[in-house]
Amino acid sequence: MSAPPRTSTRTFALAVNDLRRGWRQRELWGHLGWQDIRQRYRRSVLGPFWITISMAITAVALGILYAGLFGNPIERQLPYILVGFIVWAFIGSCVTDGAMVFISSEGLIKHLPAPISVHVYRLIWRQILFFGHNMIVYAVMLLVFPQPLTLASLAAIPAFALLVLNGFWAVLLIGIISTRFRDLPPVTQSIVQLMFFLTPIVWIYDDLQKNPAVSSRARLAELNPFLHFLETIRQPLLGEPIVWRHWLIVLAITVVGWSLTLVVMRNYRSRVSYWV
Amino acid sequence: MRQACVDFPIFDARARSLKKAMLGMVGGQIGSNAQKVVVVQALKNIDLDLQHGARVALIGHNGAGKSTLLRLLSGIYEPTAGSTVVTGRVAPVFDLAVGMDQEISGYENIIVRGLFLGMTRVQMEQRLDDIAEFTELGDYLTMPIRTYSTGMKVRLALGVVTSIDPEILLLDEGIGAVDAAFLRKARGRLTDLVGRSGLLVFASHSDELLRDLCDTGVWLERGQILQQGPLEEVLAAYKERYPAPPRRRPGGPPPGRGGLPPNRPGPAPNRPGPPLDGPGGQGVQPPERPDPPPGPGSPQPGPPEPTQPPDPGS
Repeated sequence: MSAPPRTSTRTFALAVNDLRRGWRQRELWGHLGWQDIRQRYRRSVLGPFWITISMAITAVALGILYAGLFGNPIERQLPYILVGFIVWAFIGSCVTDGAMVFISSEGLIKHLPAPISVHVYRLIWRQILFFGHNMIVYAVMLLVFPQPLTLASLAAIPAFALLVLNGFWAVLLIGIISTRFRDLPPVTQSIVQLMFFLTPIVWIYDDLQKNPAVSSRARLAELNPFLHFLETIRQPLLGEPIVWRHWLIVLAITVVGWSLTLVVMRNYRSRVSYWV
Repeated sequence: MRQACVDFPIFDARARSLKKAMLGMVGGQIGSNAQKVVVVQALKNIDLDLQHGARVALIGHNGAGKSTLLRLLSGIYEPTAGSTVVTGRVAPVFDLAVGMDQEISGYENIIVRGLFLGMTRVQMEQRLDDIAEFTELGDYLTMPIRTYSTGMKVRLALGVVTSIDPEILLLDEGIGAVDAAFLRKARGRLTDLVGRSGLLVFASHSDELLRDLCDTGVWLERGQILQQGPLEEVLAAYKERYPAPPRRRPGGPPPGRGGLPPNRPGPAPNRPGPPLDGPGGQGVQPPERPDPPPGPGSPQPGPPEPTQPPDPGS
């Protein structure tokens, strides 16, 4: 008998192919993503609009609270907190849900052959829908506290696209690693909680930079990658001038993150179904 | 049929469940549960070439590797060594409950299950009436399926599964949990489905069903192919080895852990038994034997095998 051909399943082509096949099944994950949301609010009268409402309540309450604590005018603090919260909701749940993305789909993975990226698309799509519901609050806020929006505010759209692109690799990467190492999900949860406070969501980054007492330490915040994602979206949405430094860092993270993830995908994609 | 030519060599395929091994290495909370680093070789050196038109029955007692082989065929597992090549659209039917959403209506579940099996929404909508008629669920289909009984859910799942046109159909046991009258009806549809599909691999402990649907048998034992040939021959040989083969309780494996074989430390024998590809398999009838009731008598792990050297590991 001739020697069996040893075809390796660890190739970049297969990793990319997984992503491509996953995209083709968008009818499936599109449906599942919606269902995830509808499921959560099934049999409630307002349904998914509870997402919108709870975001509104949080933003208004914290806006008032921190405007008082920091002595900022409410019309500045509230929009700042609101946009920060909306973006953070996306980032935070990408990381925390990302750790569970394959673990929670164990049944599906073990019983139905599908590219593993399907589960990632589903999660990202769900988060985009959440984001959409939250943006309603932003739209309402614009009526109450008009922002100096310009054409440059449209930069929020590519900024969000970049965030989604990064969310995708992050979910994939964290998902694969935490399927293998089950201690990761609780770890990521604590990290996300911590990062919430280290990211300028309730506190205003500019104010710290202007304050001579803390300005040198405030620079450390630049090391926080989440800050740059947040600023690329928040600045245009609040009509602030765009700082390109944040965009460059985000682009660099995108490239590095995807490269790393593709390597991990190549090596461990086929192991996920064994690990779950 | 479509050109569902299936070329399927698995050379030296070795699927291992690393679950336990992994837990042992990680340490920490979860790891402390695992006793040792155990690597299970669920399948070892499987060579199989199935072509279009094959109707294959997988035979073997629990943990022999039937479900793992099916998962390997479906592409859920990729071999840890060796390779598999599968050409054609695969429809695996392992667990009827998976992918069912308790909160949405029967109709919606039909669509979703279809999507899972690789159909499009439009295709499923065309089949909706046919499936609805088959399931005999009537107005219940508009209700959330958490109101259904187990049997009703099985009907729904069977209705969907038997309505699709797969090129490669993989069936795992556990599709027998319906009442007899319905099963008779389902069997007709199942036979149709098998006729439409290009290739069938069916793992079951029900000789009756296997005889209905398959013509070739593959006997798996400890992750290796012990015998391969005409169904009756393989069944007869299997019965000879296990005079009262254990019958699995209806209901199938628990969801989630489906086909994971029990951990069996120690390597399985390296050489597979000589394949008995004898001619004229149809004539050999196995001795009729009364079906033992599905009792608690669990399968005796294989007695010493006459065709093989003694297990070196245990």
